Amino acid sequence: MNRYSADLHVHTLLSPCGDLEMTPANIVEFAAIKGIDILGITDHNSTRHGALIKKMAEKKGIFVLCGAEVTTKEDIHCLTFFENNAATESFQEYLEKHLADVKNRPSIFGYQVVVDEEEMIIEEVDKLLISALDQSLDQVEAMVHSLGGLFIPAHIDRPSYSLISQLGFVPSGLNADALEISRNTTPGALRKKFPEVAGYTLTGSSDAHFLQQLGTLVSVFEMETRSFAEVCKALRKEDGRGVRVEERGK
Amino acid sequence: MTVGDIVQALELTVYCGKKGLERRVTGGYVSDLLSDVMGHADTGQVWVTLQTHKNVMAIASLKDLAAVILVTGHKPDENTAHQSEEEAIPVLGTHMSAFDVTGKLYELINK
Repeated sequence: MNRYSADLHVHTLLSPCGDLEMTPANIVEFAAIKGIDILGITDHNSTRHGALIKKMAEKKGIFVLCGAEVTTKEDIHCLTFFENNAATESFQEYLEKHLADVKNRPSIFGYQVVVDEEEMIIEEVDKLLISALDQSLDQVEAMVHSLGGLFIPAHIDRPSYSLISQLGFVPSGLNADALEISRNTTPGALRKKFPEVAGYTLTGSSDAHFLQQLGTLVSVFEMETRSFAEVCKALRKEDGRGVRVEERGK
Repeated sequence: MTVGDIVQALELTVYCGKKGLERRVTGGYVSDLLSDVMGHADTGQVWVTLQTHKNVMAIASLKDLAAVILVTGHKPDENTAHQSEEEAIPVLGTHMSAFDVTGKLYELINK
């Protein structure tokens, strides 16, 4: 069995709150320096930078999970990941269809740009990406799973935009592949405060909006090799595989 | 004052939990953060919100609230409605905004 450091919650400059230095090229370079083996690209309500970063990261030996950090209609942030381009593109269509029709104001929220390998701007996204979908937690979960994806409510201990802040506690029967915790708690402390998380695998990631934040909180995956199927197995703790949260200095 | 009196005065829709219309109302609480309601709402209050998830009913039952009013035309999720029936805590609805319905509710309760 091998051990892989995964930072599964990383924003690019496409997210309005993502620093303009969070270009695909910089993210890949920094991730390599920080010893990250698996990178999850999760912009707010968009999957647009995933494929390019996956292509660039593979050359440096980094495995990329493409997805998005979705905002449900309850204002709950959830990480989503997909195995291939077809599923990711289907989900992108779903996001575009269901995201609130509100225009971004870059002076307030920041720029939302898609760039290429050379950091040239290809497109500026007009709709405000930090708005919410008109879809509930349960609807987003069902959609993600219908596409064979992974559904992981983000930073569930945070006092805003989290499963627990918006819904009070983890709903019984929630079909999540894992629950992500922020750096403000530990798996042990969270399980003590919210016993209902006991049955779930916990992950931790940096939620990086700036390059310096990359890899400061990681999930160490113990599994055979790096693939979508192995990640799924590790999250389900199957056949001796597993995941644990590890905080690291900057 | 009972939940039924409020339904009549504010012309609210009763989606579910009719058995609870006789519950006594002591006041109200307005919030869409369920973690906040869990910490601060009191027994007998009517809860004004736009959240429709089934956790709404778990918290209403935990805090022994009199009823839930969904604003701006929101309707309860199916399992929310089911739990409302079981707990006999009515889920009511209005097309008014939280601001408008709360203003009327405040006047009514404090008459």
